[in-house]
Amino acid sequence: MLDILFIGLSLGSILLLVALGLAITYGAMGVINMAHGEMVMIGAYVAVLSGIWLKASLLLAIPLAFVVTALLGLLIERLVVRRLYGRLLDTLLATWGIAILLQQAVRLEFGLSFFGIHVEGLGAGLQNVAVPAYLQGTFRLAGADINAYRTFIIAVTAALTLATWFILYRTAGGMQVRAIIRNPNMAAACGIDVKRVNAMTFAFGSGLAGVAGVMMSGFKTVFPDMGTTMVVDGFMVVVTGGVGSLFGTILSSGLLGEINALVAIGTNDILARAVVFGVVILVILVKPSGLFSFKGR
Amino acid sequence: MVFNRREFLKTAATASAALALPALGSRAFAADAIKVGALYSQTGGLSVAEKLLANGVMMAVAEINATGGVLGRPVEVVVEDGASDPKTFSEKASKLILKDKISTVFGCHTSASRKAVLPIFERRGAMLFYQTHYEGFECSRNVVYSGAVPNQQLANYIPWIVEKLGKKKFFIVGSNYVYPREMAKVSKKLIEAAGAEWVADEYLELGHSEWAVMVSKIKESGADVVLSNVVGDSIIAFYREFKNQGLSQEVLPICATVTSEIEIAAMGAEYAAGSYTSFPYFMSIDTPANKSFIDRFRTFVNDPKAVTYHSLEAAYFQVFLWKQAVEKSGDLSADAIRAGIRGQTYEAPGGKVTTDPDNLHCWLTPRIGQWQADGQSKVVNAYPAPIKPLPYSAYGETESNLFCTSNGLDAAKLKG
Repeated sequence: MLDILFIGLSLGSILLLVALGLAITYGAMGVINMAHGEMVMIGAYVAVLSGIWLKASLLLAIPLAFVVTALLGLLIERLVVRRLYGRLLDTLLATWGIAILLQQAVRLEFGLSFFGIHVEGLGAGLQNVAVPAYLQGTFRLAGADINAYRTFIIAVTAALTLATWFILYRTAGGMQVRAIIRNPNMAAACGIDVKRVNAMTFAFGSGLAGVAGVMMSGFKTVFPDMGTTMVVDGFMVVVTGGVGSLFGTILSSGLLGEINALVAIGTNDILARAVVFGVVILVILVKPSGLFSFKGR
Repeated sequence: MVFNRREFLKTAATASAALALPALGSRAFAADAIKVGALYSQTGGLSVAEKLLANGVMMAVAEINATGGVLGRPVEVVVEDGASDPKTFSEKASKLILKDKISTVFGCHTSASRKAVLPIFERRGAMLFYQTHYEGFECSRNVVYSGAVPNQQLANYIPWIVEKLGKKKFFIVGSNYVYPREMAKVSKKLIEAAGAEWVADEYLELGHSEWAVMVSKIKESGADVVLSNVVGDSIIAFYREFKNQGLSQEVLPICATVTSEIEIAAMGAEYAAGSYTSFPYFMSIDTPANKSFIDRFRTFVNDPKAVTYHSLEAAYFQVFLWKQAVEKSGDLSADAIRAGIRGQTYEAPGGKVTTDPDNLHCWLTPRIGQWQADGQSKVVNAYPAPIKPLPYSAYGETESNLFCTSNGLDAAKLKG
């Protein structure tokens, strides 16, 4: 039983890794960032490239990927998202376009392949990232075999969640973000530079996705389309948990992860996914604003 | 992996150069070119694999042209892009047959694309040469199948796993679509015939890459061997999770039917070391013919690290089977090619292949490879000679009781 719960926890923490960034950008800015999955993909490619070119380990790739994807997020916010505030469907379309652009950029090695230059690690093919030996295999805990790499993912997720919580609830910038989540107009009237805070939020959210990408690269295939399906899973968590609620995001990812694992062990993976979607639909039918949400907005 | 747009362009350039060379040289062709089609995905999700196959066909054509063409005429390839979409495949097949008046098309990779073009080839009387191993359960007078059918991958594989590896309990796992399910059907019969048992038969969504639960189920199942019919990207996540959960290929080996040199390179060879795959062709086959094939392919695609694998080899040799069929009949019509190709034999890079006179599938040599830490396989078992293809083996087809005959499918047997 312990190992099933552990698998559920690991599935939940992967969901949370993807959803965390989405939750704060959607919560603060009301932007459905369809390119979020591509940030995960770029993060994974940072791990691939830093492994090939810098001989860096997976651990070093984590801060690298955070910086790269945060900067990219900042760029996207400045160039596109900023101009589309309040136009939900337009941001949806624009970020979806950005997602496709990013996929193609990686596939075409950022255009270099047109000039006959091949960047090893990029391109249309499948890539992999070496997992350090000490993160492979299992260790025994309370009579169950626990997977080392997944424990590592859970630990990184916990650390990131804690850091996000700290920034949101214990810093001045975080307070501004929370004020914007509650009421952007009132926040602006109180002298908060909404544009600047939004840009920072978007960059931070993108950075979290980049780290998620590094973590995924250790057990999934890295290829240009890898992020596409993740946005759906991320939004599933955000919607179930309640928009703008960090606590709700954490709880709903844990809940959905455990449901997935329990059903999959009892029956099979295909049914488990159906059940997870069933639960999500049920939650938004009964509580349209999610399990944990604020009044207002 | 090694393929990208640049290399494709280069390849196309090399191919056209190879086509042009003989004409420029002393051996100018007397007659018009013979047109054939190459219908593969040049764009979209499947293009990574299918461009390689297109290259195999182009290389064979270039070599045929360099040695005098077919019936004294050069061969010209009309390349069409299936765009990873069955509907596009069927449109492009129509275009090749009706507009370009082509009677032979090399192409298709997935069963979905083959099924999409099949009615067009049958209605318009043209021949498709299809190189990919597939689930069987098909009998068309308009297709030459040069890849393996389930009995050619499993007939020796399962008994070998039971006898030589001493495994008694199979966990069958696959992607959730027709190929893995048909493979499982054949496997179960063979497993029971070999005196072993299967403890589970499980499927995951196509493209699924979350293996934690499945690997944990495998662990708990008491199985001593995994028979994997998983395809695509999922393979990589599977082998990685397998090792990360502490399972060892020595104790509980993965015996796969799809995993080739390509997937092994993409997952990192250390994850696959010790596991097995059954295919008629491996890059590591140690013969002068295969070494020369690998060298020529690497020169052709201008990539010294390019890998060869089973479908690529079949894509290559099927062009030579076609050449021999045309030369035997002296005619380019589908009927003539069909008549000419029955029983046609060719020395392929992996060994002798023969087109079966009844079902137009190829006689191939089943081989079992064990993956090594360098990403190559060691051939640990091989049939002494090619074996007969039985596309309906899952439904009880045997060598003495054929379902697919030269007159077409005997549907009555299928029902019984």
